[in-house]
Order: sequence, then structure tokens, then C-alpha cells
Amino acid sequence: MEKYLIVSAILFAIGTIGVLTRKNAIVMFMCIELMLNAVNLTFVAFSRYLGNLDGQVFVFFVMTVAAAEAAVGLALMIAFYNNRESIDMDDVNLMKW
Amino acid sequence: MFDNVWLIPLFPLIGFLINGFFGKKIKNEAVIGGIGTLMIFLSFLVSCGILMQMVGTAPEQRVFEKVLFPWIHSGSFKADMAFLVDPLSVVMIMVVTGVGSLIHLYSIGYMHGEEGFYRFFAYLNLFCMSMLLLVLGNNMLVMFIGWEGVGLCSYLLIGYYFHKKSAGDAAKKAFVMNRVGDFGFLIGLFTLYWWLGSNHNIWTINFTEIKAASHLLPFGGVVTVASLCFFLGATGKSAQIPLFTWLPDAMEGPTPVSALIHAATMVTAGVYMIGRMSFVFIKSPETMMVIAVVGAATAIFAATIGTAQNDIKRVLAYSTVSQLGFMFLAMGVGAFSAGIFHLMTHAFFKACLFLGSGSVIHAMHHALHKIHSHDDAQDMRNMGGLRSAMPITFLTFLVSTIAIAGIPGFSGFFSKDEILWQAFANPYHGDLNIVLWGVGAIAACFTAFYMFRLVFMTFFGECRINPKAKGYLHESPLVITIPLMVLGFLAVVGGYLGMPKLMGMLPNYFEHWLDPVFEQANHFGAKYAHAGAHHSHALEWGLMGLSVVIAVVGIGIAFTMYIRNTELPGKFTATFPALHRAVFNKWYIDELYDFIIVNPCKAFGQFLWKGFDVVVVDGVVNGVAGVVMGFSGVFRFMQSGYIYNYAVSMAFGVVVILGYYIFK
Repeated sequence: MEKYLIVSAILFAIGTIGVLTRKNAIVMFMCIELMLNAVNLTFVAFSRYLGNLDGQVFVFFVMTVAAAEAAVGLALMIAFYNNRESIDMDDVNLMKW
Repeated sequence: MFDNVWLIPLFPLIGFLINGFFGKKIKNEAVIGGIGTLMIFLSFLVSCGILMQMVGTAPEQRVFEKVLFPWIHSGSFKADMAFLVDPLSVVMIMVVTGVGSLIHLYSIGYMHGEEGFYRFFAYLNLFCMSMLLLVLGNNMLVMFIGWEGVGLCSYLLIGYYFHKKSAGDAAKKAFVMNRVGDFGFLIGLFTLYWWLGSNHNIWTINFTEIKAASHLLPFGGVVTVASLCFFLGATGKSAQIPLFTWLPDAMEGPTPVSALIHAATMVTAGVYMIGRMSFVFIKSPETMMVIAVVGAATAIFAATIGTAQNDIKRVLAYSTVSQLGFMFLAMGVGAFSAGIFHLMTHAFFKACLFLGSGSVIHAMHHALHKIHSHDDAQDMRNMGGLRSAMPITFLTFLVSTIAIAGIPGFSGFFSKDEILWQAFANPYHGDLNIVLWGVGAIAACFTAFYMFRLVFMTFFGECRINPKAKGYLHESPLVITIPLMVLGFLAVVGGYLGMPKLMGMLPNYFEHWLDPVFEQANHFGAKYAHAGAHHSHALEWGLMGLSVVIAVVGIGIAFTMYIRNTELPGKFTATFPALHRAVFNKWYIDELYDFIIVNPCKAFGQFLWKGFDVVVVDGVVNGVAGVVMGFSGVFRFMQSGYIYNYAVSMAFGVVVILGYYIFK
């Protein structure tokens, strides 16, 4: 059980750091997916450990949301790229004071 | 018929609604004027019916209350939409609807071609409705609706030519001054209501109920306060010192308005109100004294101003103020029926005078317009010798002037002489009586003088109008002259209703008629009147003769100065320039009020604006906004626009919250 949680924690940390440090939007997306999957892993692990299927059901929801998020996010990226010829997050800075 | 009393104010209301809402679309002057006149004439017919029925009932049963519907019932407070039919209100509705009908008819001719013709008739009808509510109301609140309503209509009609600044200013002045009086009226109402309620558990504003309870009212004290407040209301509406300066300015309105509102009806509301509540006023000798003194003072004060004015309508306006002073003098010496009698005769002859002056102005305006002259059509110095051009106007005007001057045989003599005699003989104010009588008599002399000065300057002598315009002068059409003739006739015969007992030819119908209304007041009055005041018939005859002499002297002076020896007025002003200037400028009363009241108010307003509003109020509002702006000016830089900044702060927040729960 601990091993699963440790792996999941490591994955989540990598994802978080990736989101915070990388500038490329695609990479950031991938990092977010990483975080989500780390959470999924935890869900499944606990589900198995507690003998309860609720956690696994939740994983399906998370995957659905992740897919939708990826679709919307990529569409945003394309729209942004069409305007700015860049997917660097430093260029997404219009919403400020 | 008594039961149908509610129809009387209803008809003018219908006329107002029709003309007010659809008049602009109707456009046809005959239809608009016809509706307006017809409606008030219908009211007149109903009033006649009521009068007939009242004549047929016994004097004790001449009080009828008609509750139209319950209006405000809240706890012990009760006010119904109710009408009171008694001899006093019948006199008033007859005057209002009778004179009102004639003036409506006259207006069709006078206002012909004016822009906003429908507006004029709508307002005029609204005015009649309010005035009828005022005189018919059975409680103070209904009276107050009418009281405010006539004030509003007066404002609207003075400002009828609202594109003229002077008209707008005059309207505002009238409204504000009336508001001061209305304030007094309300305070008086509250005081009376509160005192009767809290001391005797009679919570009422109903006239008949207050009258029934009036024996509970103390002499003086709280009644003095209440009645003085009511009297303040009366001075506002009836243009007495100190609130009289709005009335001369009100002449900015069209002349029929001056005749109806500012001479015949509205301005007499104060007199009516005192008559209606005579049972309260009589309980306060102090208030009665104040009323008598103010009335006499106003009578002579306005009369002196009237002697030096050149605008035909202004002379009449000051004459109105002065005559109202006579009415208040009568009220103040307890001669209530004499006051109401003068109110009625005054309504006839003053309406006739105003309408006559309107006819003159109409003709002058027309003639001057033809030759594109900009001479003032209301200035008597531009008139003269009009009697041949306008014979009907001249005759009716002359008759009314004789009536107001107090020549025996005409209505004004009977009423004015009655007032002067009562001022002399009524033992209310001890030795002050002689003074009151003397002041009244001198004012009567001035009245005769300035009225005949007006007639001589306008209708006699050589014609001073621009010679080119002379040929265009002509008599006004029938719709204008018919009301003049009717009113002129009434100005002659109206007085015979109230002939003094002394003359003995006819009984004093008028006084008997009003006896049931003022019975209580007369009874109370007798209690504190100084005893032993008996005057012989010889004295009464003598005083009567004296007042005739006084009137003749006034006329004689006017004749010498303005017909015989026309250089005299010029010489007079050259000899006493300061006096003439003071009188011509109305004793500088307007300037005085400006100095004492208006300018300090303005200065205070300026202070509130520049000092309080700009610095304090705006300072607080802008200060709050400034503080918010300052803070946001610092914190807005957190909104960097870089997504990882937000992500870091979010992650940091999560860590902090988790840390808090874990290491708690």
C-alpha cells in the first residue's frame, strides 16, 4: 500500500513542479495529466485496500474530465497559436492590471 | 338636491380630465372652451338647486353633511371624503361657480389664439374643483386638499406664459409664500387635533364635531397658538401682511386668471377659513386683535401703494390686497357675516374690474400689435380717452369702480360701510376700535382715489396711445362683454342682499342667512365683549355719512389731479420725490424681504453648497473611493497575467492549508 502511495506522491510532485516551472503549454498539459493520474493511482490503491469500488468509479469520472480538459485546452492552444504564433505561456499575459 | 352636492366638484374635475388629457388632440377652441365652461356651469346649476332647497328649509335645519366615502380611518383618527352644506358654504359655491362660469366664458374670447388654450382651460377647471373642495370640505383635511390644490393651480396659471422669466419667477414666489402659510395651517390643525384629543378624548378634525366641542376650548392659551397658526395660513393664501408680496407679482398670469383666482375666489379662501372656524377664533381675543390689526394695516398699506402704480393690473392687484384687508378687519372685530358679505360683493365688482381691464388690455394689445409697436399694453400712461372706443367696457368698469369706492346705492358701499361700522361699534378691542375705524376710513379714501385715478387715466382725458394705433381700438366681442355686463349688474344689486338694518328698506337677508353659522361665535363673543357698548342710530347715520364724504373726497382729489389739473401729479412727485419713489417701489418691501429673508437663505444655501456639500459630503464620498483606489493601486500588481504566478500561489495556499490541518 505505501509503495503505491509513494509512487503516486512522486508522480504528483513531478507534475506540480512541471506545471510551475515549464513555459511550454503542451508540456504543462502533460504535467497536469501526470497529476491527475497520480490521483487516479491513489484512488485505485485505496479502493483495493478498502475493498470498496467507489474509488474506481471516481477514476472513470476523473478520466472523463481529463479527456474533456485536454480537448478544450488543446483547442485553446490552437486558437492562441493562430493569434500569437506561439504556445509559450509567457506570452499569455494580457489578463493583468 | 343636498344629496347631490358631490356633483359640484365632480363636473370641473371631468372638464379638467377631458381637456387635460385630450385637449391637445381636440384642438378646436370652441369645443375645449365649451367643455370647460359647460362643466362649471353645470356645477352652478347644481349650486342653484342647493340654494333653492336651502331657502325652502327652516334655518335650524340648514346643515347637511354628505359622506361620499370613508377615506382614512386609522385608530382614533378619522377623515372621510365628506361635504358640508350650510349657509356659508352655499354662499361660497354660488360665488365660485357663478363668477367662475362667467370668467370661463370670458376666457374663450380672451384666450383666443393663445398657445396652450386647452392647458388654460384644464387648469381653470382644476382650480374650480379644488376651490369647491376647499369650501365644501367637511373636515380640515378635505379643506386642505382644496387649499393645496388652489395653490398649485395658482402656480400653474401664474406661470402660464412660462417662457417669460418674470412669469416663472412670479409663479415660484407665489408658491413658496403660500407654502409658508400652508405650514401654519398644518401646525394649527395638528395643535387643535392634539389638544382636543389628549384633553377631552375627542379625536376629530371634523368641523361640525369641533364646533360641538368648542365650549371645551379654553380662552387664549393653546387656542391662541392654534388660531394664530391658522391665521398665518390665511395670510399666505389671502395675501395679507407679511405674506402679501406674491399677489401683485401674480399679475403675470393671463387676466381671467387674475380675475378668478387672484381677486374673486382663491384669495378669499383665508377669509372663508376664518369664517368656517369662527368658533375657534372667537375663543382667542389675542388672535382676533392680531387679525383686526393686520387687516387694517394691510388695507391702508396696499392702498397707498396702489396710488402710484402705472400698470393697470397692478393697481387692481394692490386694490385686492387692500380689500382683503377690509375683510380681515371685519373678521377680527367679530363681524363675520360682514366680512363674508364683503367677500361676495368684492368678488362681483373686482372680477368685473379685472375682466374690464382685461378687455382694455386685449384691445390695446391688438391695436399696438397692428402697428408693430412695443409700447406696454398694460401701462395706463399709454391709455386715456378709451371710453368712446369701448363703451360697454367703460360703463361696466365705471359701475364697479363706483361700487368699490363706496358710493351709496352700489354693492361696495353696503359691505364696506358695514365693516367700518362694526369696527367702530363692536366692543371687542376697547379703545383700539377708533383706531381700526380710522385706519379703515382712510384706506377707503385711498381706495376711492386710486380707483378713480385708474378710471380717469384709462378712459378719460386725451388719448395717449400711439396715434397710428388709435384707429384699431375697438370694443371687445360679445363673449367678453356679456360677462362684464352680468358682473357689472351684480356689482350694483349684490349689495341689496345685505342692507344695513338702519336703512330699514329691506331686511339684512345676508346676515340672517349666515346667522346659523356664526350664531355660536356671536354668542361666545358677547361673553367677553366689553359691556355697555350701545351706540345711537344717529351715530351710525353720522358715520355712514362720513364714509360717503370720505369716498367723495377721494374721488374729488382724483378728479382734480387727473382731469382738471393734469400737471398736479407731476408737481406732487417733484415736491416729494422720496415719498413718491418709496410708494412707487412698494415701500421697498420686496427689497426688505430680500435683505432679511431671501439673501440670508441664499447665503446659507451657498454655505451648505460650497461649505457643507462640497467639503464634507463630497469629501466623505470621494475619500472612501480614494482609499479603495489607493489600496487597489498597490494590490492590483498581484494580477501579473502570468499563469505560473497564480499556480504557485495556489500551490502555496494548498500547502499552507494542509500544513495547518496536519500540524494543528
